[in-house]
Amino acid sequence: MSDVSRRKLIIGGVAATAGVASLGVAARMAQEYGLIPPDHGGLYGPGETLTYASQRVLTRHSLAREFPRSKISHPPLANEMPPLNDAYKRLQAGGFADWRVSVDGMVERPASFSLAQLKSYPSRKQTTMLQCEEGWSYIAEWIGVPLSHVLDVVGVRPQARYIVYTSIDPDWWDSIDMADAVHPQTFLAYGMNGDELPVGNGGPIRMRLPRQLGYKSVKFVTDLKVTDSLKGFGNGSAAAAPEGGSYAWYAGI
Amino acid sequence: MASLESVQVAAGASVPKSASAVPATTVTSRHSALVRVTHWITTLCFFALLVSGVEILISHPRFYWGETGNVLTTPLFKVPIPASRKLVPTGYGYVLPDQNGWSRYLHFQAAWVVMLTGLLYIISGFFTGHFRKNLLPSEADRSWRAFSTVIAKHLRFARPTEAEAWSYNVLQRLAYLLVIFVLFPLVIWTGLAMSPAFVSAVPATVNLLGGQQSARTIHFFVSAFLVLFLLVHVVMIFVAGFWSRMRAMITGRADTYTGRA
Repeated sequence: MSDVSRRKLIIGGVAATAGVASLGVAARMAQEYGLIPPDHGGLYGPGETLTYASQRVLTRHSLAREFPRSKISHPPLANEMPPLNDAYKRLQAGGFADWRVSVDGMVERPASFSLAQLKSYPSRKQTTMLQCEEGWSYIAEWIGVPLSHVLDVVGVRPQARYIVYTSIDPDWWDSIDMADAVHPQTFLAYGMNGDELPVGNGGPIRMRLPRQLGYKSVKFVTDLKVTDSLKGFGNGSAAAAPEGGSYAWYAGI
Repeated sequence: MASLESVQVAAGASVPKSASAVPATTVTSRHSALVRVTHWITTLCFFALLVSGVEILISHPRFYWGETGNVLTTPLFKVPIPASRKLVPTGYGYVLPDQNGWSRYLHFQAAWVVMLTGLLYIISGFFTGHFRKNLLPSEADRSWRAFSTVIAKHLRFARPTEAEAWSYNVLQRLAYLLVIFVLFPLVIWTGLAMSPAFVSAVPATVNLLGGQQSARTIHFFVSAFLVLFLLVHVVMIFVAGFWSRMRAMITGRADTYTGRA
């Protein structure tokens, strides 16, 4: 064996060992710091995990871009959506006076909030872009209560890791991790462009997460569940599956 | 220096017969193992990105300039194809099935693989002198006369000379440099500029491009240029001799490329 090939063999061996060891350490660290998404299994698991982990590290303290009010899109687009169910129509007939948003699961004080109660909390505004995975987008001023405030009211237990939120249509739901749940721009939004939130845009109340694509901003929210695990929710995708099959759980891209 | 070449000689790569064609001290195999492996991984990823990219495109085949755009705003242009969403007025009386679930998963997975592969290729390319030796046009070629000679040959679809089977001409070199150092970085940049999370951390990514819809439009055009490159690339491979070029990129050997006497 020549010197060159022996040196190559040794370098290669050391590099391979270091590679395997660092992969193992990386996996442990990723688990520890919440860098593994719920849809980390299967064919596309590696790509999803890389995207989620790298963006979680990169966006730890980042804020979605905010725009001047002059950039608001007129008229605001109302996306196509499934027909509203009878429960919604009944509440709509009553001017949404009986609309409730319940918060339970791993919380100290489970609660059911009326819209008036939610509006009595300090309201915040953000002029941000809603960006659909299909490719279109619009900018609107969103008015609402930061989800973190609601979570403070109910008292989230320390072991909580995810929030599962459901629209009035029980088949339309999604979930986010705590990093997004307590992010200052994550709103339960009840107003838009200085007015009530229109029905077409999710009125009377919707989730709003400007750092993720539009499909995470579920409309007509009635129900939030705080949990430490997403097993038991749906088929393991951690979100309702639209016609085209499951979309990626993490929608930062 | 312990270089890649020593491995390839051991692997049985043949030495070209014409000494004038090749400086024997630098090339004993047409393509290094690293170039060959990264080439085929990139090929695979490119097809995955193309198919899934087209699937994503048909959910909204309209393009805009600036920050925002939707069916209520005037598009820069429309791609005249049916869409997979009822929302989009296309002029077609039907709506295609929504395939965005797997398409988006595949698109980003392939993007990761091709990006990491590209990084490996670029770093090692600088390290081994691949770009300097094989892709940077030689000083003699950096003239309009050399350039026009090559273009004239291409226009005649002339088969390559023996020297050209062992080395790239100036036009090829410039095309590859453009793809490697302009188009691929640009398509990655514009892709990242469409990520709401990524731009929250690095807003300049999208601001420098004039907005998120501008990024999407540039992404589309750069992809179109990459497809154009692929078409020309494949046509040229057929012109040069399909099996000999394939052999060169799979095994590294190029000695029997034209079957010449």
